[in-house]
Amino acid sequence: MSITRRGLLGTAAVAAALTLGLAGCANSSSIGGGSSSSAAASGGATASGDAKSIVVGSANFGENEILGYIYGGALANKGYSVSYKPAIGARAAYLPALQNGEINLVPEYAGSLLSYLDKTANAKSGDAVKSGIDAKIGTLNAKALDFAEAADSDSLNVTSSFAKEKGLTSIADLSKAGTVTIAANPEFATRPDGIKGLQSVYGLKDVKFKAINDGGGPTTLKALLNDQVQVADIYSTTPSIKQNKLVTLTDPKNLFASQQVVPIVSTSKATSDLESIVDGVSAKLTTEDLLDLNTKASGSDKPDYQALAKAWLSEKGF
Amino acid sequence: MLFLQAIQWILDPEHWAAVNFQAGIAEELGAHLWLSFLALVFTAAVALPVGLYIGHTGRGRGFAIVVANVVRAVPTLGLLSVLLLVSLALPPAVFVFVLLGVPPLLAGAYAGLEAVDRQTIDASRAMGMTEWQILRRVELPLAAPLILGGLRGATLQIIASVTLVSNFGINSLGDFILGGLAANDYVQMTAGAILVTVLALLVDGLLAVVQRFAAPRGVSRGRGTTTARGRRLSVPTGTPVSEGN
Amino acid sequence: MDWVWSHLDLIWSSTLAHVALCVPAIVLGFVVSVPLGYWASRSTAARGVLLTLGNVLYTIPGIALVVLVPVVLGLPILNPLNVTIALLIYAVAIMVRSAADAFASVDADVRGSARAQGFSGPQLFWRVELPLAGPVLLAGIRVVSVSTISLATVAALVGIPSLGGFFTDGFQRSFATEVVTGLVAVLVLAAVFDVVIGLIGRALMPWNRGRRLTSRAAKTLATAVPGGVGANL
Repeated sequence: MSITRRGLLGTAAVAAALTLGLAGCANSSSIGGGSSSSAAASGGATASGDAKSIVVGSANFGENEILGYIYGGALANKGYSVSYKPAIGARAAYLPALQNGEINLVPEYAGSLLSYLDKTANAKSGDAVKSGIDAKIGTLNAKALDFAEAADSDSLNVTSSFAKEKGLTSIADLSKAGTVTIAANPEFATRPDGIKGLQSVYGLKDVKFKAINDGGGPTTLKALLNDQVQVADIYSTTPSIKQNKLVTLTDPKNLFASQQVVPIVSTSKATSDLESIVDGVSAKLTTEDLLDLNTKASGSDKPDYQALAKAWLSEKGF
Repeated sequence: MLFLQAIQWILDPEHWAAVNFQAGIAEELGAHLWLSFLALVFTAAVALPVGLYIGHTGRGRGFAIVVANVVRAVPTLGLLSVLLLVSLALPPAVFVFVLLGVPPLLAGAYAGLEAVDRQTIDASRAMGMTEWQILRRVELPLAAPLILGGLRGATLQIIASVTLVSNFGINSLGDFILGGLAANDYVQMTAGAILVTVLALLVDGLLAVVQRFAAPRGVSRGRGTTTARGRRLSVPTGTPVSEGN
Repeated sequence: MDWVWSHLDLIWSSTLAHVALCVPAIVLGFVVSVPLGYWASRSTAARGVLLTLGNVLYTIPGIALVVLVPVVLGLPILNPLNVTIALLIYAVAIMVRSAADAFASVDADVRGSARAQGFSGPQLFWRVELPLAGPVLLAGIRVVSVSTISLATVAALVGIPSLGGFFTDGFQRSFATEVVTGLVAVLVLAAVFDVVIGLIGRALMPWNRGRRLTSRAAKTLATAVPGGVGANL
């Protein structure tokens, strides 16, 4: 039996060694587009490293991951050592990660970022949003760079038959549609430009809410098409809007803020060199590009996000 | 403190009616229980007959163990994703949770029957009982505590896991957890977790009481299964995938 | 299938990340649970408390645990350790019960005769009780292994790489191939772990070869383990 005992200890030692070894080699892999870029052979580059090593994070939906690879790719092409932490999750997860330096750069959307930073913010126009963000973003130890022209806003959509039946073209028209249920991400319930905004800005009283946590993705779409909900909040650059002939309700009272793409970067990394590279990318990024990238990403051949980003970069001459 | 705030959150009557314009605790609780109940009914419909057949005849045990253990390895999140990509409706969701419930209940059913002393069964047979009578009047009562133990395992598993459907837009107590996560509201999130845990434990406690009374008189409780030592029994249902060792 | 072949490197790196999340949880879960289980087998009060606690921990939804671990412990949000700690909690919740049953299955007469032969406390544990509890411990750790590997997929929901990333990404793109790939990878990984653990058990317990589990403990294990799949998100 003493053999057993030695055997046990030996196994424990092997297991421990295995554990350490594996923990060492699984640093920055990712789903949806491969792992770290060519220049990041050193692996888990952290915020404390030199200014030329950057960890790019992204939210957990395709478009944002592609944007992360676009900005990261442009930096890698200019000699930065870039690694990625894609698909981190909701804003409440990746912004704190930026704040404590686990990531250094993340593509954001101006309006949502502002309402995260300042719960009472009411700015709608691009400039007001920009100054609102600039005033608060210091709390994240980060800096907002130039806004891209590209925007991906919330948009409320109904099926074309429902629109025809109730005569709907704008959000205000929902008041004559009786009780409707709106599907959106869970945070729509607490955001000032969510349900609360629909009530206060448009005076809609008969709205119910159904949280579906996929950012206007397949579940939201199915719920809308099945009439489980009558209105769906789907990001405006989502191809499914066109593909399913949904009617996007206009927003005459500007409930939804400008949601231009804005890269935010750790202050410690924000050299003028980096800023000029990133701003250069933002200057060429259009809403059509986003729609195009999203269409390709959900197309039948399911290309990798990183490959899509690379193609966009070479097409635009980066 | 997070925990106390979460308790307060739960005790707030407003939250029972509605939370952030959505279903309140009462409605989510109802949805959660209903889905769990459906899953449990289907689980029983599958696992009990099969488990009783295996336990009574001793046939097909190896096969059942392998199937149950492979099923155990299937990640619920992945399976739900596939099924809900195909259709957004309750049936596939329930089906996933039936898979979760089957292994423990199946194991409970056949382990319960196998634990019945062979001599007791032989005696029943010698008394002229039919197989059906043996199953119903001898094996089932003696196996009841273990079968209910399996049912408890299945119930815990199902109630805790039903939380997942919220990720796919179906109502359950998981809505509070995901909503809290999205809005950075740890209090609501903790409250959701507490609600699920308390619900699971309450139902489990209820079944434990039933289990206690289910043991026939004359059978010592804790050991519900008085067996002769070194019996043929081989029930490593805890052994995943392959049994050979 | 083309997608699978062109993404083998991604599947491999995700698998490694997944393994790195799981192995420490499984190994530590075993190491922590054995003494706790031993204690539970010696004292009815300890048994009651530990097993109840295990049940409570086991029913905490996985996503809540994964998110709350960094909040409570003050760890960085993207640290894979958060997931490993959550997995460890579940592993202990399951394994303590198995370990308690394993030690309870050691015949009192056997213990008594070992005592009579002059075995000291530690000798008794290492040379009599632990080997005799071995088969049931082995069955328990196999359940823990499978359920941990299955459960670790929730890491995807908090942005930590694992095989679960194929589920969330595939679902978002309505791409069933990717989700199924993740499913198959998890099943294969679980099977590989099971075989490895089985082989380790064989090597450590040569006397157990070809013998089947006997006794009350095996049955208890069958029904008392709160289920294996674990993915109680």
